[in-house]
Amino acid sequence: MMNKQGRPTGLNTAANLSPNSFTTHTGNRGLEQDELLIYEIGDTQRTGVDLEDLPVFESRLGGITRDNEIGLAGLSEPEVMRHYTRLSRKNYAIDMGLYPLGSCTMKHNPRINEKVARLPGLADIHPLQPISTVQGALELMDRLAHWLKTLTGMPAVAMSPKAGAHGELCGLMAIRAALDKRGENRTIVLAPESAHGTNPATAALCGYKVKSIPANKAGRVDLRALKDALGPDVAAIMLTNPNTCGLFERDIIDIADAVHAAGGYFYCDGANFNAIVGKVRPGDLGVDAMHINLHKTFSTPHGGGGPGAGPVVLSEALAPFAPVPYVIHGKDGFEMVEHVTGGGESFGRMTAFHGQMGMNIRALAFMMSHGSDGLARVAEDSVLNANYVMASLQDIMTLSFEGPCMHECLFDDRFLEGTGVTTLDFAKAMIDEGYHPMTMYFPLVVHGAMLIEPTESESKQSVDQFIGALRHLVTQAKSGNSALFTGAPYLAPLKRLDETLAARNPVLRWRKED
Amino acid sequence: MRYLPLSPTDRAEMLEKIGVTEINDLFKDVPETALLKEYVDLPAHMSEMAVDRDFRAMADKNMPAGSVPFFCGAGAYRHYVPSTVDHLIQRGEFLTAYTPYQPEISQGTLQALYEFQTQVAQITGMEVSNASMYDGSTACGEAVLMARRASRKKKAILSGSLHPQYIEVTKCATKFTEDIPLINPPSIYLVDDLINQIDEETSCVVVQNPDFFGNIQDYTKLAEALHAQKALLVVVVTEVVSLGAVRSPGAMGADIVVAEGQSIGNGLTFGGPYVGLLATRQKLVRTMPGRVCGETVDADGKRGFVLTLSTREQHIRREKATSNICTNAGLCTLAFTIHMTLLGEKGFRHLARLNHAKAVQLADKLSAAHGIKVLNKSFFNEFTIELPMDAAEAIECLADMEILGGVPLSRLYPNDPDMKNKILVAVTETVTEEDMDRLVCALKELIK
Repeated sequence: MMNKQGRPTGLNTAANLSPNSFTTHTGNRGLEQDELLIYEIGDTQRTGVDLEDLPVFESRLGGITRDNEIGLAGLSEPEVMRHYTRLSRKNYAIDMGLYPLGSCTMKHNPRINEKVARLPGLADIHPLQPISTVQGALELMDRLAHWLKTLTGMPAVAMSPKAGAHGELCGLMAIRAALDKRGENRTIVLAPESAHGTNPATAALCGYKVKSIPANKAGRVDLRALKDALGPDVAAIMLTNPNTCGLFERDIIDIADAVHAAGGYFYCDGANFNAIVGKVRPGDLGVDAMHINLHKTFSTPHGGGGPGAGPVVLSEALAPFAPVPYVIHGKDGFEMVEHVTGGGESFGRMTAFHGQMGMNIRALAFMMSHGSDGLARVAEDSVLNANYVMASLQDIMTLSFEGPCMHECLFDDRFLEGTGVTTLDFAKAMIDEGYHPMTMYFPLVVHGAMLIEPTESESKQSVDQFIGALRHLVTQAKSGNSALFTGAPYLAPLKRLDETLAARNPVLRWRKED
Repeated sequence: MRYLPLSPTDRAEMLEKIGVTEINDLFKDVPETALLKEYVDLPAHMSEMAVDRDFRAMADKNMPAGSVPFFCGAGAYRHYVPSTVDHLIQRGEFLTAYTPYQPEISQGTLQALYEFQTQVAQITGMEVSNASMYDGSTACGEAVLMARRASRKKKAILSGSLHPQYIEVTKCATKFTEDIPLINPPSIYLVDDLINQIDEETSCVVVQNPDFFGNIQDYTKLAEALHAQKALLVVVVTEVVSLGAVRSPGAMGADIVVAEGQSIGNGLTFGGPYVGLLATRQKLVRTMPGRVCGETVDADGKRGFVLTLSTREQHIRREKATSNICTNAGLCTLAFTIHMTLLGEKGFRHLARLNHAKAVQLADKLSAAHGIKVLNKSFFNEFTIELPMDAAEAIECLADMEILGGVPLSRLYPNDPDMKNKILVAVTETVTEEDMDRLVCALKELIK
């Protein structure tokens, strides 16, 4: 074939160069562009803003002024656009492809949510302007609270926690406050081996000792071991349900009953609520407190690691201890309780102001878009996609526990035995296939865990392609092509990074060379 | 449903592949009694247009700061955020990425964090910074816990001119830990009073600059007194723009600096999400909470960035972690660092001077009005005034006149008679001279 303007489109010398031996003058590789640090591009004289001139004034800083150079690098606006656009292209993202991180619920982030979050009436209001001027904001918080309470079947919700782990802290503090009021000094919190690391870390912040409960062969809490561990010194159990192996805790009601009978409380980690939203209400399972990661189930953007939001639904017994602030219905509209009053039992305040309003807006828009019917479908499709992945891979990968799974499926590394390929290598090879790896080495209850959560946002074509890629990789590993894995990724902006070096000699900032 | 790609045919094929007949077969582990037979009692799905309409209706019931003369601060400030910032943070590659746990395909987020950490260290005058906390108030609580780990002592002295909600949050964060917070009553604390409270049990003193009432303090002597007792100075900054004009906490001898970074790159959004900054000395990094990004090389020796020092963190250390925090303020740090890069040294300093100049201008106008007292000797862009009337009432009346005139201190100190007539007034670059004249004129009218 001849291209009229150019050269024949057949093989030529340049095309025969292998990608690895092909070097460029700039170090760039086509659309893959290297980008220096702002400090290596800009300087202290350059700026990307035009501010109005200073009026004549006399300083009132009390002589405590900053006179030495700070050293901030500035860039002009076009340079800023280019710098961050180039950086953005070095990231994987949901917008680019399936993001199968188990327990993270990387689903589509609808843009209407971003749009309404930027309405001046919601984005440009101050947390301490008069309550009469923010009635719409309080209405929004109240509406979100209503949705959360209805979806969980719980009577109360604390809206201020800033993230999942902050929500855990809120729940455990409410539990500790309730126990203190009962005059009981319980010292232990139970958590299954498979728990997120935040659970024990949170329990420790509340002054509790953590006792680990083993899993049974079916990947669930060993009910007998749990009952043996219960006693007058147990304050609460922290349990994720569906659990971190992607399984529904079948004995959940028995577990709740046993914990309650022993005088303890049931804290449910709601990280995996996506699997059951609109289908099961945690309140019907005997839960006393549960945080909801708005950035998972309700799709507020993960944003490269935050911000999140972690409202906590509470049972009747724990509701009085909820932190301030909270919204109430007053005679002239909505009011906000911002202080712990004399007779109040609230355990205090977890954050300045009122929590993650920007996330509340996006989550409510997501909920209203789906409605009660759509949310049930979210749960169903997420569970369907995960079971489909499981069914399509279980013949060549090793499934850790028998299904059905909920919204994520767990494999371990037994299928890689003797191949010289580790879970990490396998995950890095997925990058070359154009995927973000699944969650690896978590939960800790199986060896070399690979936890896959496709979410409901993926089409069947997308899931089929993903399955095809994994089947290909498994076949390659088993056929002895270990180099495909141990050196992976080959096609990412960078090769495998030396994390040991980073930790041994921490360089946490740029410094001017002397 | 526009967000759900599976068709009925897809679903049928997939169920068949799985080997079940209907979707509820996959929910068979749920106790029969708990599986809902019908939809929960909430409205059904809505079109995008209908959602848009509902949110506009709620938004219209609020008074946006930008629509009126606006003077509220007290830990959240309205600054002009260049359009570039919001455009860039909405790029899907930033917006819809997870925590950068896979560094080979997360260099965008990681390099931006590394640049952010450098900027935070520079403006606070410290050696290193982490990758951010939830907000300034929770960072303050974490700083007290960190000071205990670093000093191996338990008594934290909190200045009475620290933001009252930061005090509340710190009290709550230390409620069930070994820390013993000693909280001073609200007042403009002189450094000598705080120095007198330090003893061998003291882990740290927490102060704010400019303090909650707007005064600027030099804490150098306090730092020296603390260091003599092997204790730490924690300096809180709720208005980071001040760091472009006011001596840095690092230069005063601070060991930990926590700040609310909202002012740079982030809007008011009714109080969150914001971005907590936490900076410290290199030798204390291993006691620091939160994520941190560090430099390394890849297998070809090329420079790259990774999350590092994770042996402090909950996913490795579990109950022995330095904090239970498992996130940072990702996208808000990105907004911060983009805005700061646009400003640069020159813009940041100019912005700070402009804020100060405008505040001086308003303070002079208010002082000249009969009956209004400006209580500060020094200030940056916020100061306290006293009226001959109830301040909360005055603020309500001003709101009726479509002026958001500041934060009455009784909102934060509801039971303190001393605060009844006082207002915290903030002035940023967004305030015009006409806005100032409207406020002064309205206040004169009210107190007549």
